[in-house]
Amino acid sequence: MKEFDYRRAQDVTGAVALLAAAADARFLGGGTNLVDLMKSGVERPDLLVDVRELPLDRVESTADGGLRIGATVTNSDLAAHPDVRRRYPALTQAVLAGASGQLRNMATVGGNLLQRTRCGYFTDVSGPCNKRVPGSGCPAVAGEHHNHAVLGASGHCVAVHPSDMGVALTAFDAQVRYETLDGPGEVPLTDLYLPVGDTPHRETTLPPGALITHITLPPAPLAAHSRYRKVRERASYAFAIGSVAAALDMKDGQVREARLALGAVASRPWRARAAETVLTGAPATGETFAAAADAELAAAAPLPDNGYKVTLMRNLMVSVLTELAEGDAR
Amino acid sequence: MTTTTPGPPALRTAVGTARTRVEGREKVTGTARYAGEIPFADLAHGWLVLSPITRGRIRDIDTAPVLAMPGVLTVLHHGNAPRLYTDYVGMLGTPPDPAAVVFQHDKVPFAGWPVALVVAETPEEAREAAETLAVTYDREPHSTVLTADDPDAYPAAGFMPAATEKGDLQGRLASSAVVVDEEYTTPEEQHSMMEPHAATARWEGGRLEVVDSNQGAGWVQSELATLFSLDASSVRVRSEHIGGGFGSKGLRAHQVSAVMAATALRRPVRVVLTRRQTFSLAGYRSPTTQRVRLGADADGRLRALDHRSLNQTSTVYEFVEPSAGVARVLYDADAHRTANHVVRLDVPSPTWMRAPGEAPGSFAIESALDELAERAGIDPVELRLRNEPETGPVSGLPFSSNNLAACLREGARRFGWADRDPRPGIRYDGRWLLGTGMAAASFGAGAMPSTALVTAEASGSYTVRIAAADIGTGARTALTLIAADALETTPERVHVRIGDSDFGPAMIAGGSMGTRSWAWAVTAAATELRERLAVTQDIPPEGITVRSDTTEALGALAQKERHSFGAQFAEVAVDTSSGEIRVRRMLGIFAAGRIVNPLTARNQLVGGMTWGISMALHEEAVRDRNTGRHYSPDLAGYHVATHADVPDIEADWVDDHDPDDPIGIKGVGEIGIVGAAAAVANAVWHATGVRHRNLPIRPDRVLAAAALPPSDSGPADA
Amino acid sequence: MAPTPSSTTSTLTLDINGEKHHLSVDHRTTLLDALRERLGLTGTKKGCDQGQCGACTVLLDRRRVVSCLHLAVAAEGREITTIEGIADGDDLHPVQQAFLDLDGYQCGYCTPGQVCSAIAVIEEHAAGWPSAATEDVRPESVPPPLTPDEIRERMSGNLCRCGAYVSIVQAVARGARAHEEARTATAEEAAA
Repeated sequence: MKEFDYRRAQDVTGAVALLAAAADARFLGGGTNLVDLMKSGVERPDLLVDVRELPLDRVESTADGGLRIGATVTNSDLAAHPDVRRRYPALTQAVLAGASGQLRNMATVGGNLLQRTRCGYFTDVSGPCNKRVPGSGCPAVAGEHHNHAVLGASGHCVAVHPSDMGVALTAFDAQVRYETLDGPGEVPLTDLYLPVGDTPHRETTLPPGALITHITLPPAPLAAHSRYRKVRERASYAFAIGSVAAALDMKDGQVREARLALGAVASRPWRARAAETVLTGAPATGETFAAAADAELAAAAPLPDNGYKVTLMRNLMVSVLTELAEGDAR
Repeated sequence: MTTTTPGPPALRTAVGTARTRVEGREKVTGTARYAGEIPFADLAHGWLVLSPITRGRIRDIDTAPVLAMPGVLTVLHHGNAPRLYTDYVGMLGTPPDPAAVVFQHDKVPFAGWPVALVVAETPEEAREAAETLAVTYDREPHSTVLTADDPDAYPAAGFMPAATEKGDLQGRLASSAVVVDEEYTTPEEQHSMMEPHAATARWEGGRLEVVDSNQGAGWVQSELATLFSLDASSVRVRSEHIGGGFGSKGLRAHQVSAVMAATALRRPVRVVLTRRQTFSLAGYRSPTTQRVRLGADADGRLRALDHRSLNQTSTVYEFVEPSAGVARVLYDADAHRTANHVVRLDVPSPTWMRAPGEAPGSFAIESALDELAERAGIDPVELRLRNEPETGPVSGLPFSSNNLAACLREGARRFGWADRDPRPGIRYDGRWLLGTGMAAASFGAGAMPSTALVTAEASGSYTVRIAAADIGTGARTALTLIAADALETTPERVHVRIGDSDFGPAMIAGGSMGTRSWAWAVTAAATELRERLAVTQDIPPEGITVRSDTTEALGALAQKERHSFGAQFAEVAVDTSSGEIRVRRMLGIFAAGRIVNPLTARNQLVGGMTWGISMALHEEAVRDRNTGRHYSPDLAGYHVATHADVPDIEADWVDDHDPDDPIGIKGVGEIGIVGAAAAVANAVWHATGVRHRNLPIRPDRVLAAAALPPSDSGPADA
Repeated sequence: MAPTPSSTTSTLTLDINGEKHHLSVDHRTTLLDALRERLGLTGTKKGCDQGQCGACTVLLDRRRVVSCLHLAVAAEGREITTIEGIADGDDLHPVQQAFLDLDGYQCGYCTPGQVCSAIAVIEEHAAGWPSAATEDVRPESVPPPLTPDEIRERMSGNLCRCGAYVSIVQAVARGARAHEEARTATAEEAAA
């Protein structure tokens, strides 16, 4: 790990200014990903701007009935918040499905969205990786990729985004607010992440030096009837090999509105709009759910060793939607 | 320790009574100091640099820029390190692993090979300098993938004959009513003890002192003395508390490089392996491919048994994972053939890991037995009962005691096995398919020569000194109870000191032989001391000390088949739509000799069974097939079972007595894992109707199996 | 823009187990390394140094964190409790006593982290936090009792390679009962 300077920011403007003044600075939130990446040599900043004391640690109801979540709210506080549990239960479930109690106490909402992939090639600085060293190659395509992407990937990178929280936020149309030297900005979470293409090292649409300050969730009555399910290679404390966040609004056996997002299948939390289109207005039956899943997965392009994810995601979508339709939380 | 009312001691009642650990308070308060935690003045920190290339030679190491970095004291490598003496066979009958004998040449035989040690004033400085050190290599082509039909494989003897054979195998297979012929594989598994290897070396008063985390202080001391051509008496190794070992903590690169650096710098140097470094430097369990062929009569009696195992080893050291050995104990047949093969690849050398041989071997043979039971229509428990051998299937020697049948019957009774419907794939609980499975287990019960010192102190208490190691087994507490009984006193008056090579030669904590070997030596010394005290009333200020050596007594033991046995039972739930498997309950009944401390012994057995769950469902070290390097060598990439994976496991035992052994201990460290993975896999078959012959049974494998006809994916609303 | 003069070390005060410790640290120093290498508080263990095992768990402002991913410099101003600060003098904390009595460990290396984590689990549960094992996370639902399955899920960030999970879960359950009894007793005392 390289030597670095450390500053604690007292306000948002100051944080952004501190970062801008250094050659290669990073915001430090919970540190659960950044400090690890610094130890492995993936990140070598010359300055850390600690943003944890910024007054961004509140979860507040908005006038329109949505939620405004400060970027430094910890995963634990987000998951335990009564409004989140009541109005967006899949978000609580997603957060609680991630990491461990210790890590959730440290990790922040802003950092969660900007965490890097856990692809083993990305974290091994002694080998190539297009995301880490542009143009060096992607060893995963011909190597180990059984937990890599099946949607939206390219031959340049098949890494997946590791967030659980982000999957639920994506389903609920979260907006990401940020601050820059030039003033504040906002971007829908679904547009926060760039397509992989041939530039996997460029991950987000945030302007350089931007600090995420808030996540806003618009009101979504159907989110009160939502669910997150995650499959992983041990029962807890492991990254997903596939996950689904879903919400259903039904009337008389018909789907009025559906929200569906998938995790561990792409370089970003994957909003399943094709599936939502099939679901909307259709009868809430197993056939509809299967057709919706198939519509979403039609674009899947698995590698030799991760084709199971297509089956897994199809089964998971059908299973979670069926559970929601039956109104039974089992 | 459990408090007991002071008063006249009840004689010889300590052994067999549950006792909390004598060092328990230190462990729960954090005051127990492990190897990397003992403070030393003027301590310097070493950081190993490992090769990222998989095979080749070091062309150049550019040390000058690193030596100019803040705090850097030296860089050791093959160009400046002292030459070590390596042409010897150590205390355990093995030569030193070249990966531990660091910096002797420019060859790189595998990825993660140690090429340099950077020493600096602080760990942060050492780490940054080590990561900065520029090493250039000449690469050579490599081969790192184990395949069942590798033409370069050869039969190899580890601590047992490479191959055994009797009878007409082909003829018996051809005439058998029921035949099983299948291939089973197990992956590379990592010990993953919680405490990474750590050692501090220093020269003190003309002696080399090494504070280390190892499974045998005397073992490591003798290896270091030989390597560095030092008189044995001038080397002392201490290893007081050890954060797990499981076979991994012997002579490794950390001690050897620390000694080199302490010698070069004339100040204490500590070297701690990072978690990632342990993946290539601390040994591992080799992947295996195993072919098992069984032939039986219609009533299930075995007529033919063939078990061939293949494991990988490095190009510089031969290690045999003797998986075929378990069939030499558990099952007899007219035609009986077993063989262990190895193939040399450009990978690190594997080593002993909890139940070496038996753990992967029992997965194969006990899965095959289950397949035989299925095909013959015989209950799996009954099948094992029908095939219990009278004598050693290969040796023909009598068993010292064989209570496998008692384990099977008691286990079946307590698990509720009699109510089991043998048909697979028919029990649902919501989205989960349920099934039960079982397996038999055996593990060798041996002892090795050890010495012990027992002192009657003038104060009326007793001190036991023995170079034993407590890697979590509870050995320190067990020896306290053993000594108390032998001295006819209470455990409160016995103080056991371990983990110091100055206490004399002793067996390591390994092979389930530690406690038995040490207890023998402690009992011998204590018994003699008690006899002396019977005629001597006056104890001088320095006390009266008796030293024992069990070499002769062990040499006089009759040749017999000496083993512990067990029966494993598991219930699993499988969701074939997601691939998830959960173990719902597990029961193990063991015949493991005399149980010294029921509290810690049960913990050991349950721990072994927990390893079995982990082996069956989670553990797999992944190596990139192109580069030959580990993929995600850390505890997020290498999954060991965590809390949520482990149900309320029950372990218990039946009476088991070895009449030849004055102590009667058989060891409980390893028998718990044997057969456990097979019991889980057999339960997965019973749940789903799909046989999984490759470990671990990952979700993708369950999903792939479910996609095969006949479809056994469960109804969502069952 | 000219680079601002940078500093790579800081002098700071850490509040650990109720005591103030003044030290100068390299910014790279994690809280874990500061405790172990600088302050002699070696009860907090380094198992992976990557947040993947839980052996380094300490309490920060009474909440459990992994100290290996927390920079020491960032811990200034926080209340740090390590395993050395859990017992009340010679009196073990009920959770420590339960680990000892029920043999909730083997090698002992993960134990300080398990104990710190368990204490936090009991408090988190008492505060009404749901877990991934909680069937219904809505705040109106009946809070789940601290069942073995709840304990297993909540403790899953603490690996025990010896495989002592079964007795650890029993110890946490016993510690939770003792905690509950103590709270009830205190409440009754206050009411009396």
